[in-house]
Amino acid sequence: MSDEANKGLLSPLRRKLLMGMAAVPAITMLPRTSFAQAPATSAINTTGLAVTDTEVTVGILHSATGTMAISETGSIEAEKLAIEQINAAGGVLGRKIKFIQEDGASDWPTFAEKAKKLLVNDKVAAIMGCWTSASRKAVLPVVEQYNGMLYYPTFYEGLEQSKNVIYTGQEATQQILAGLNWIAKEKGAKSFFFIGSDYIWPRTSNKIARKHVENVLKGKVVGEEYYPLGNTQFNSVINKIKLTKPDVIFTDVVGGSNVAFYKQLKAAGIDLSKQALLTISVTEDEIDGIGGENIAGAYACMKYFQSLDNPNNKAFVPAFKKMWGEKTVIGDVTQAAYLGPWLWKLTVEKAGSFDVDKIAAASPGVEFKGAPEGYVRIHENHHLWSKTRVGRAKLDGQFELIYETADLVEPDPFPKGYQ
Amino acid sequence: MFGDYSIGDLGSIFVMQGFAGLILFSVYVLMALGLAIIFGQMGVINMAHGEFMILGAYVTWMTSNFFQSYLPGLFSGYFFLAMILAFIASGALGMLVEWVLIRHLYKRPLDTLLATWGLSLMLQQAYRSVFGAREVGVELPQWMLGSLHVTDSIEVPINGVFVMCLTVLITISVAYVMYKSRWGRQVRAVVQNRIMAGAVGINTEKVDRYTFGLGCGIAGVAGSAFTMIGSTGPTSGQLYIVDTFLVVVFGGAASLVGTIASAFSISQTQSTLEFFMSGSMAKVLTLLAVVGILMLRPQGLFALKVRK
Repeated sequence: MSDEANKGLLSPLRRKLLMGMAAVPAITMLPRTSFAQAPATSAINTTGLAVTDTEVTVGILHSATGTMAISETGSIEAEKLAIEQINAAGGVLGRKIKFIQEDGASDWPTFAEKAKKLLVNDKVAAIMGCWTSASRKAVLPVVEQYNGMLYYPTFYEGLEQSKNVIYTGQEATQQILAGLNWIAKEKGAKSFFFIGSDYIWPRTSNKIARKHVENVLKGKVVGEEYYPLGNTQFNSVINKIKLTKPDVIFTDVVGGSNVAFYKQLKAAGIDLSKQALLTISVTEDEIDGIGGENIAGAYACMKYFQSLDNPNNKAFVPAFKKMWGEKTVIGDVTQAAYLGPWLWKLTVEKAGSFDVDKIAAASPGVEFKGAPEGYVRIHENHHLWSKTRVGRAKLDGQFELIYETADLVEPDPFPKGYQ
Repeated sequence: MFGDYSIGDLGSIFVMQGFAGLILFSVYVLMALGLAIIFGQMGVINMAHGEFMILGAYVTWMTSNFFQSYLPGLFSGYFFLAMILAFIASGALGMLVEWVLIRHLYKRPLDTLLATWGLSLMLQQAYRSVFGAREVGVELPQWMLGSLHVTDSIEVPINGVFVMCLTVLITISVAYVMYKSRWGRQVRAVVQNRIMAGAVGINTEKVDRYTFGLGCGIAGVAGSAFTMIGSTGPTSGQLYIVDTFLVVVFGGAASLVGTIASAFSISQTQSTLEFFMSGSMAKVLTLLAVVGILMLRPQGLFALKVRK
């Protein structure tokens, strides 16, 4: 639906004019608010946030150093791009966005401390940030206590909902169920082997996946294995996979372990064009480190792939590369991080105010038609309605879109029957 | 758990599992050798060992890129050159670090722990600034990918065989250098009695520098080899450091045989347990066993008998 709505907006001439501004559709959708006379600061900021007549300050809070910098760099880049594009299109309620970037340094107490600094000292109007669930859990009490607004980009395990957080990534059921349904139908898969890193996200995701396989798909989980974070030796579990011969290997291994797992899988002679493998933890970012030749043929279940063929994405990808370099790749979370500043802007304009309470109340129903993934809408539970997609990894490190759900999938952070 | 499988299946799985254990053993020996030399011979607790390995990995990555761009015809053989370059780069950096930092701390061995930990953080950030925060993918020549088909159900990963051969080669070289060469005798003399070694005309400073350089160089080769099985990123070195210390301490410092015996017992326990339970539980039990044994034998499996 979003595709059709956008087609008219992008005549070749206009596309040329607006190249470099992925924001195109959203800007044209909202001409009145964007270019109208800016309202008085006292009217739109009643709680003392850092809003002046010309500027509004937001915070970016990710790990630029430490272990998680590998993953969070993309999110920082996407958020800066979004802010730049919003400013180029006139800002928010006539005010340019200024950002203060803080480094969480891959350390969860540091995240909490920096969040407090951003809210208390800098009075930021919103925070774009966090990546791991651990960092979000550390920041959550802070944003709730000081009544801040956090836009959180990562797909995560669910089981959380807060007035002060907008979750722009998928919660677990949104990410997993449609992918399992597809592979069960497409490959006639009955037996599944789960392998994950040993922490909350893979364990919760696999718990949901197991219930779905056993109760809905009437299949069988023939193995469920966890390895410590950072494990580099997977030969034993690969032997177990060979012994149990599952129809599908379902993986949520993360970080450096990911690279080791796929390299060793390939070395053990498991051919991913014959053995179906469905992962929920490998995006284009990870393939950079894994190497396309080691993972080609695997299926990934995400909501966004860099290769998506729609007008929004065709403007977004070149703009991103122009800002951050030709070789940069864009993974699922990077796209979700890009949504954060945009959703915040749209919500502020809908609420007609920067006040956090008004934004929280106005969030449900906010739509972003310029999203590179197509179209998203904020649900009453502050998660996003979005499609689930399955892509197949190619040698060049990109995904080929194989399947997408016909409709937007409803976010369900507290799934009944899956706990 | 074995009821559902045929004898043939089980046979080949046990063969492959045995092989998995041997590969793990080679990986452990390879990553621990450099540290065994530095920690065992010099008493320096080198927390930056993992970062020296990753320097080797980055050198391999750069060599691979260079060959792809300028010498695509020779790409299939680049890995051997890359390992030599990795040895030189890590070794040179090791010697520099010894000269700037470590030599001032020989009398305060515990301080080397803090100093090298700081060094590891600096190196990580340096890699991040130079090579970017994201992991890089090291492309391997075609012949190093995939596996050897021994029978229909037994497949042996080529990278595993490669690591095993490399480990044997390096272990023999190190043993030769340490126990047969003139320089090795000097190293051991300095370890046993620095003042007397100096008195008989050994240049102890030079020996220290080259020993540290050798240890770091071997770490570089290990890092280069591990691009085949693991990730290459600014913090990847952290993945190895705990296991490395585990192997060296459990084996007993200052003993090459001890390091090998310890790598063997830890890797076999680990891979056998991994087959019967989940990876995390296998790790827990392995660590518990190591702790238990170290409580009974604090000096490690093999310790030099010295007169106190």
